[in-house]
Amino acid sequence: MPIRRREFMTLAGGAVLSAGLPRLARSADSVYDLERFGNARILHMTDTHAQLKPVFFREPSVNLGIGSMQGNPPHLVGKAFLERFGIRPDSADAYAFTCIEFEKAAQRFGKLGGFAHLKTLVDRLRSDAGPGRSLLLDGGDLWQGTGLANVMQGADMVAASNLLGIDAMTGHWEFTYGEQVLRSNLDRFKGEFLAQNVFLTEEAAFNDAKAFDPPSGRVFKPATIKEIGGHRIAVIGQAFPYVPIAHPKRFTPDWKFGIRDEELQKLVDGLRNNDKVDAVILLSHNGMDVDLKLASRVTGIDVILGGHTHDAVPQPIAVTNPGGVTLVTNAGSNGKFLAVLDLDIGKGKVANVRYRLLPVFSELLKPDPAMQALIDKTRAPHADDWGDKLASADRLLYRRGNFSGSMDQLICDALRGELDSEIALSPGFRWGTTALAGQPLTMEDIMAQTAVTYPETYVVSMTGAQIKDVLEDVCDNLFNADPYYQQGGDMVRLGGLAYTCTPAESVGKRISELTLDNGNTLQAARSYKVAGWASVNEQSGAPIWDVVARHLKSGKPPNRSAPGVTLKGVEGNPGIAKQV
Amino acid sequence: MTHTDNGFSATRRLILQGASAVVLVGLGNLPFGLAPAFAAANDKYPEEAFKAKSEADAIKALYGKTPEASDKVKMDAPEIAENGAVVPVSVTTTLPDVTSISFLVAENPVALVASYKIPAGTMPSVANRIKMAKTSNVIVVVEAGGKLYSATKEVKVTVGGCGG
Repeated sequence: MPIRRREFMTLAGGAVLSAGLPRLARSADSVYDLERFGNARILHMTDTHAQLKPVFFREPSVNLGIGSMQGNPPHLVGKAFLERFGIRPDSADAYAFTCIEFEKAAQRFGKLGGFAHLKTLVDRLRSDAGPGRSLLLDGGDLWQGTGLANVMQGADMVAASNLLGIDAMTGHWEFTYGEQVLRSNLDRFKGEFLAQNVFLTEEAAFNDAKAFDPPSGRVFKPATIKEIGGHRIAVIGQAFPYVPIAHPKRFTPDWKFGIRDEELQKLVDGLRNNDKVDAVILLSHNGMDVDLKLASRVTGIDVILGGHTHDAVPQPIAVTNPGGVTLVTNAGSNGKFLAVLDLDIGKGKVANVRYRLLPVFSELLKPDPAMQALIDKTRAPHADDWGDKLASADRLLYRRGNFSGSMDQLICDALRGELDSEIALSPGFRWGTTALAGQPLTMEDIMAQTAVTYPETYVVSMTGAQIKDVLEDVCDNLFNADPYYQQGGDMVRLGGLAYTCTPAESVGKRISELTLDNGNTLQAARSYKVAGWASVNEQSGAPIWDVVARHLKSGKPPNRSAPGVTLKGVEGNPGIAKQV
Repeated sequence: MTHTDNGFSATRRLILQGASAVVLVGLGNLPFGLAPAFAAANDKYPEEAFKAKSEADAIKALYGKTPEASDKVKMDAPEIAENGAVVPVSVTTTLPDVTSISFLVAENPVALVASYKIPAGTMPSVANRIKMAKTSNVIVVVEAGGKLYSATKEVKVTVGGCGG
């Protein structure tokens, strides 16, 4: 195991790292050898964003919770996170779950994830549970996020999903390939695609558009019942509720989404009362704050296996509701983690559960040969297109964080430089891998930040007032006091414009002190030249990945100016490790 | 391990039950509903109410009284609108003797969106799509037994973009 050899060498050089010794001395056997518990094992992965190969991914240093969410999971970062979950500093787990000393730890512990490594771990955990005793569920954002998935419209990931053995999934970015491609992917997917909250629009229903259940208008199968060891487990799918709002409506013109907790309650009641299931699992792409609120309102769900907000939360959060207790989890992103939910199911109820969120340390896991062969074969035709070095990372390049990331600063620099604009806007996506300083950047790396089905750039004239409105609107999606009004992305990234944000304020009052690079205050009535990409409105500019590649190849010196977001009213908030 | 899906049939069963309930209620009340239905049709257009800027003024012009919030008024509206131009909002109520149901959007230039007369014996259930200028409270007012009851929900109208 390379990790042990490398660590052994480090340790031989001095006793400085002795605190980490017991953890590091472990082998894959001790890390992934779980004590047997219960009579059914559910494996849950989510938001892998098609990262077939192992990745570096830096967890956020800013993940603010406001109001009742302040100080509660998932809104903890850095040391506060370690303390809340009892993780030893300087350990491999501290590296996987937090941003602390990321670059140093990345050298020590290496990359995480990768489907060949994941396959080895999944097979091992399913084999430990015994035949017919386990399920593998995926929470969506499985078929988008890389250049490969983008050109193949998810087909590469359907094959990998089938080989991995996914029993059921729900979706989010899967919808952005449009209905025709999604349906063709689903035809080839061997598992079940579940979504209780996607319905035909009235017009589509009137025109007899395809639906799983025409009377209700439900487009997809809402739930499935799996029998494990004589017990019946219901799995309900909850797709991302805001697909036609967060993405161009043109991809899903016939479908309407939403949280729809009343329909969900009816579904749960039916499964409990009519189908007499023993356990109910919600496979959710709501985002963790939405799931926590939903768990307080909808009764009868044992566990919500959550995703979307990319929160790697090591322990389930117990939420009480009028019917009892619902556990809420979130399982991180980019293939870094695999969740193991062991259930002890009795007649009509779950007696006890054990939950672990296992980091997938690639260097501790031998890649599965069949999956590795599939990945190599699928990638081969594109290796030449994306393998050339465009530049080297001038510093640690990461995306995740509420307000900015160095990778997005690079994208904003490219937009401003190449499209000659005063201001750049870049969406606050939470996917996208991390590059270490000095690492070569290839087109494949750029695609991993930008691979969307609406990558066209634009240049528009916007007034200062319009720009502020956009910032207020996006900021409310992030910090609305009611999670049902949040959409789960991060703040739009800005180039050429600094601002102050007061997250605890109400919409319209959070953004102030908008200042241009030249020190001038943004004027409400003046017009500015703004460049951006990934608009929900149709655009026609060059795709963002070409713009970024052009910028990198030009060899222009990197803009190292500070991201320029000043936060107010967040003193003492454990959702911030250091200033933005 | 893989069993056939029963969630589907459960859903279907629920719908069928719902449908039979509708039929029974409708038949049971139909004979009493005819006369008031004709009476309601003669009411004149509430011009003043449809000119009022604020929801309070509109309700006053329409009914001459103020509503009290009631959990018996069940409004279904999205938290975030998929399209501000056509926001689906529906309401049902278990209140008896409903005579009218009105929809208002507080932040619209003109607050009152629609007002429906409910003839006696009709199921008090209205679904419509309303136009919203921007994020606003949506208010549903139910007139029942001569009193006013309301439910309020904020519906966000957003510029969109930037999903996780």
